Amino acid sequence: MNATDHRLPGNRRAERKARAARLATGRRVEARDAVALLEAVIDCGDRVCVEGNNQKQADFLARALASVDPATVNELHLVQSVIALPDHIALFERGIAKEVDFSFSGPQGTRLAQLVSEGRIRVNAIHTYLELFARYFVDLTPNVALIAAEAADRDGNLYTGPNTEDTPAIVEATAFRGGIVIAQVNEIRDTLPRVDIPADWVDYVVEAPTPYYIEPLFTRDPAQISEIQVMMAMMVIKGIYARYGVTRLNHGIGFDTAAIELLLPTYAESLGLKGKICTHWALNPHPALIPAIEAGFVQSVHSFGSELGMEHYIASRPDVFFTGADGSMRSNRAFCQAAGHYACDLFIGSTLQIDLAGNSSTATRGRIAGFGGAPNMGADARGRRHESEAWIKAGEEARQGRDEMPRGRKLVVQMVQTFREKMAPAFVERLDAWDLAEDMGLSNPPVMIFGDDVTHIVTEEGIANLLLCRDTAEREQAIRGVAGYTPVGLARDRAKVAELRERGVIQRPEDLGIARRDATRDLLAARSIKDLVRASGGLYDPPSRFRNW
Amino acid sequence: MENLQYDIPSQQSASKRAPVLVGVTASGNCEVLVEPGTDAAHCRIRIHTSAIGFAPIWQAVLRDFGERHAAGGLAIEINDVGATPAVVSLRLDQALEAWEEEHA
Repeated sequence: MNATDHRLPGNRRAERKARAARLATGRRVEARDAVALLEAVIDCGDRVCVEGNNQKQADFLARALASVDPATVNELHLVQSVIALPDHIALFERGIAKEVDFSFSGPQGTRLAQLVSEGRIRVNAIHTYLELFARYFVDLTPNVALIAAEAADRDGNLYTGPNTEDTPAIVEATAFRGGIVIAQVNEIRDTLPRVDIPADWVDYVVEAPTPYYIEPLFTRDPAQISEIQVMMAMMVIKGIYARYGVTRLNHGIGFDTAAIELLLPTYAESLGLKGKICTHWALNPHPALIPAIEAGFVQSVHSFGSELGMEHYIASRPDVFFTGADGSMRSNRAFCQAAGHYACDLFIGSTLQIDLAGNSSTATRGRIAGFGGAPNMGADARGRRHESEAWIKAGEEARQGRDEMPRGRKLVVQMVQTFREKMAPAFVERLDAWDLAEDMGLSNPPVMIFGDDVTHIVTEEGIANLLLCRDTAEREQAIRGVAGYTPVGLARDRAKVAELRERGVIQRPEDLGIARRDATRDLLAARSIKDLVRASGGLYDPPSRFRNW
Repeated sequence: MENLQYDIPSQQSASKRAPVLVGVTASGNCEVLVEPGTDAAHCRIRIHTSAIGFAPIWQAVLRDFGERHAAGGLAIEINDVGATPAVVSLRLDQALEAWEEEHA
């Protein structure tokens, strides 16, 4: 038991630590004893958080947990950001865990849905990240947290570095409520670049045999950006960013928004928008943002996590990124989600399905994917009080002279091509989320972004400004009016759509003064990963899978 | 492959000169060739496509194209390798803009 432990002997925490005493030297536990450590400190029925998100993963500890004896450790309740690794799924297949509260499942979405239908897992709720972190401090506090850090020193202080991500939120909730914190680290060092998590919040440190897994989720190869995406990006820049004067924003993942980032130093610059739009970001260090940063477009970027290969470039721009005295970045998913919610005027992202009221979801039948941060950032911040040009203007459009208390409004933009791959329409009469709710036994369909939070829908056919719609019937026609040749689009009332276009509720590229001929890949500030490396002055070091030269 | 042909009513195009080719035939892309045709009140469009069963969508895409542009008296050939209607529309618009610009 460590010297700073002031809690009374005989409590659960002391009992857990007494059981593990023989395995630890100070805070150090050998990797070969990891399974025994988990069997010693975890009680049946515990709430356990295995750290991991769409970026870094405590994969060694996840594997150790999946290897415990189900006769000793069972009935666990997982409370964690993602179900992403095969070892997370194995916890249910082996009967170690029985229920889960999470945010995102990505690659395991199909397997998760199968386990639910077989009754081998109970999904209590799908959350947005910030919502789950909030519950760590109320009713879902972990009893044991398994976390990932870059390095520990001999005392057990942790360096989490650029990929700090969820760690502070998890550790704070666990350590200050009598829980046990176990860290896997890539290496033990004599001195750390800086201390991100102090040793007395950490119970055990295990040096993992391999570095923790990390997914370069936010890297998009500019070579794959299409002319349609260039045209949509031009519409967003001129029709939304310039129109509202959007300076503070968040971009979702994907090629649609990567195209916008790559058009800032070219198209946006040619419109005289430098310094007037896109100056402050809540955003991971997207490689696609490098040309805009180098062109002087960007003043500040705070990040949820880091991005593989961006470390040296980030360290070279402490004027833009949040870096420590040691020179490396510190990310923080909880704070960045708060920043995206309260301090940004615009969120733009993509989805798989949008219905006639503008509700959108990535949930499809047979696949429980979760939504990550989108529900938080793609929602009007009802508690926001500070003013900005974009917020005020959006609020005015939403009221349209009605005699209501003036209040601002967040811009929430959904950007989709009308058809996805394999000609699957992005616009539907009824979201698959309704079927999924039935399968999962939920009272409400899992909607990612609710229609009443969405202000604009952008497709290759144009922009629908939902703020200007006077009623639900108009809203439906505005959505049909940009839904292209999908069945939803073909069923439009052509006269009503023409009237909405007349009023500026729907804007086509030509209404915005955008010639389709100009929408070429030549407008992209970088047309390949190699161009991005060049723009970074050779500092961006892309993962090998993105190197094709 | 499916071969489709449509005669779309459209205003008469201003000029008749050398053919214009736009786009590349690659996965998810499409190639459009614009040439002078014979019927001044219609645009004749021939489509070779790998995607079977989308004739009603083609009809809607081409009807809108005929309304958007003065394409009467032109003959257009489309080689499509599974492009979405968005790509087809963009290629058609680009081809017509190129045609009009080069023959202005």
